[in-house]
Amino acid sequence: MEENTILVKEDLSDVVSKFVIYKPLIAKTAKAGQFVILRGCEGGERIPVTLVDWDDKQGTITVIIQSIGKSTAMFNSLKQGDKFANVAGPLGTPVEIKNYGTVAVVGGGVGIAEVYPIARAFKQAGNRVVSVLGARTKSLLILEEEMRAVSDVTVCATDDGSHGQKGMVTDALKFIVEGGEKIQAGFIIGPIPMMKFTSILMDKLGIEPHASLNPIMLDGTGMCGCCRVTVDGKVRFACVDGPMFPSRTIDFDELIRRTSEYKPMEAASLQQFEKDHVCKCGLH
Amino acid sequence: MPNPSAPRQAGQNQAPEVRKHNFEEVTKTFTKEEALAEAERCLHCQNARCQANCPVGVQIPAFIALLKEGKVGEAASKIMETSLLPAICGRVCPQEKHCEGHCILKAKFGSVNIGMLERYVADTARKEGLLKAPQTAAPTGKKVVCVGSGPSSIACAAELKRLGHDVTVLEALHAYGGVLRYGIPSFRLPREVINHEIETVQAMGVKFKTDVLAGVTIPVEELRKEYDAVYIGSGAGLPTMTGVPGENGVGVYSANEFLTRINLMQAYKFPQTDTPITVGKHVVVLGAGNSAMDAARCAMRLGPETVTIAYRRSAAEMPARAAEVEHAQEEGVKFEFLVTPKEILQDEKGRVTGVRFTRNQLGEPDEKGRRRPVEIPGSDFVMEVETVIVAIGQKPNPILPKHTPGLKTTDRGVLELDENGSTSLPGVYAGGDIIRGGATVLLAMKDGLEAARRIDSYLKGEK
Repeated sequence: MEENTILVKEDLSDVVSKFVIYKPLIAKTAKAGQFVILRGCEGGERIPVTLVDWDDKQGTITVIIQSIGKSTAMFNSLKQGDKFANVAGPLGTPVEIKNYGTVAVVGGGVGIAEVYPIARAFKQAGNRVVSVLGARTKSLLILEEEMRAVSDVTVCATDDGSHGQKGMVTDALKFIVEGGEKIQAGFIIGPIPMMKFTSILMDKLGIEPHASLNPIMLDGTGMCGCCRVTVDGKVRFACVDGPMFPSRTIDFDELIRRTSEYKPMEAASLQQFEKDHVCKCGLH
Repeated sequence: MPNPSAPRQAGQNQAPEVRKHNFEEVTKTFTKEEALAEAERCLHCQNARCQANCPVGVQIPAFIALLKEGKVGEAASKIMETSLLPAICGRVCPQEKHCEGHCILKAKFGSVNIGMLERYVADTARKEGLLKAPQTAAPTGKKVVCVGSGPSSIACAAELKRLGHDVTVLEALHAYGGVLRYGIPSFRLPREVINHEIETVQAMGVKFKTDVLAGVTIPVEELRKEYDAVYIGSGAGLPTMTGVPGENGVGVYSANEFLTRINLMQAYKFPQTDTPITVGKHVVVLGAGNSAMDAARCAMRLGPETVTIAYRRSAAEMPARAAEVEHAQEEGVKFEFLVTPKEILQDEKGRVTGVRFTRNQLGEPDEKGRRRPVEIPGSDFVMEVETVIVAIGQKPNPILPKHTPGLKTTDRGVLELDENGSTSLPGVYAGGDIIRGGATVLLAMKDGLEAARRIDSYLKGEK
């Protein structure tokens, strides 16, 4: 078996795909909260993706990718038996797993997949795990069964009310706490505004918040510094110091500004890719 | 007869107006005529000062003599007895500080252009199929792993292989060469030159592997179990920032990020490649070392209106190689000396709009003998720019030491070595920027070569 080979490819929605990749070295050392960097082909970008699962015995790692730009669209067009050009990791500092008592694990969109190994690790460490899963609509709410299997309480929320409660994850979290749940710490992965507002809410509710940050990265090893974030007034590198940080003092607005730097170029690149893709396969 | 008073050959450069729009190599390799004319200038001194001042001891008079006899392949082999990367060294070594700086002809006629001769020999031998991978000794049965694939690790790996050991090189990124690949632009060091030199080392039988972040993907403890010795040449991959307010503004790059986007990821070819890069109309580079020159000249090639190097001391103190400063000036890079950045200014969207500087005058010399900049009160001014590139230095990448219990570092973050060149872990050696902080390709290679010989003694039980 060649490294980086896709053993299983499963489409979880129109834009979200799950990959099981053969990569024994990473499967052996991965821990909850870490990520890998994927590259599809020669000339391709280095894309950081959080590890969802790993299996030391099989030598495999699992990632779930949402197609949002050219590179992720290209990844999601790969099939079983194809290979990623490069898979490097495990990168980042693992989440410190300890017994807090009760922890809230909050995932938004594809962030549900990314927060899953953290929920599982906290459960295994003896915590009561309260999971809040959010998405725009039912088809985008992934891994509900897996999350339920490692959680004591699971609440889903969709913006359009097509599944679970109608509303945001913040509404659902408030609902749970008002129901009498005492939560000590929270771990949030999702879109930046969602992490910002969930963090603010947790702070108000007396829950110690943590958020996993997704700034622009290049090497992922602390070499380039483009993933600089401000936490507690200090500059930190998300790729090595994070990606999970205590989030009460994260400058989320700065993160939003810095992650939008290449938006116009990325949009043009995706448009071109979609146009070329139509020409090549003739299916669209 | 040698002809030392003949004019020093400098080689042909692409015209500045042309080259500032492309990433092709600036200086062309000598023609045969240029090479032979320059070789004729060498006096073949008995106790050659050039050779004595080469950190890796290249046999300079001897290779030039072979070149004169038309034996280019043998000349290349002569260089490669002590330096395995001649096409790279010929291009990026600061010759004016080493061999050429000590050439007996320097004062009267100008030094022999040793760098360009080395490059001619390496390039020509390659082109004519005369370049031979060095012979390797009979296998010793010992296994060594070299961490990183930059100049120090490659030099160490090749030397160990030559001595008969089984060698594997682990690279964290997706391409080999370390700083040669991500730091040095193709107009100074074409990518195929790096590829060729790596291929030579591969042809010797050294094994290479990408995507392995040693210390993390495989803990050093595991490497120590699997291999008989470990060499750490993981380099200076940690950018130093200024710490002034506004440094996280949109449009502020570290030199590492800017150069990695362009050199490793080939962002200047976007959208043919997938990694983007953008510069504003006006770019300022903070710092005046080689990375600063590289960043400024790369920025120039992306087509802004102005690129300015801002340096806190004066022209005389600039640490960059003289040729790079000259090339940058020719390409239209401006220089603002004796200024210290105080704040990076941003608009309401966090985009950079300018840098506020204070002017300096030169004061007393510091411990290195360079005159210290002293701020002039009330001299603040604002330079309007949309892009800032911070190129004020490098520190060792902390990721491997951080993950390796028992591996001692100094307070500067560099690995501590004992008198045998060993780290605090037995059988683990180190060299290059991980022990120096931020030096040159040649010093990194020298460390790699010396460590290889120490590792060889260690493996033979000589300590």
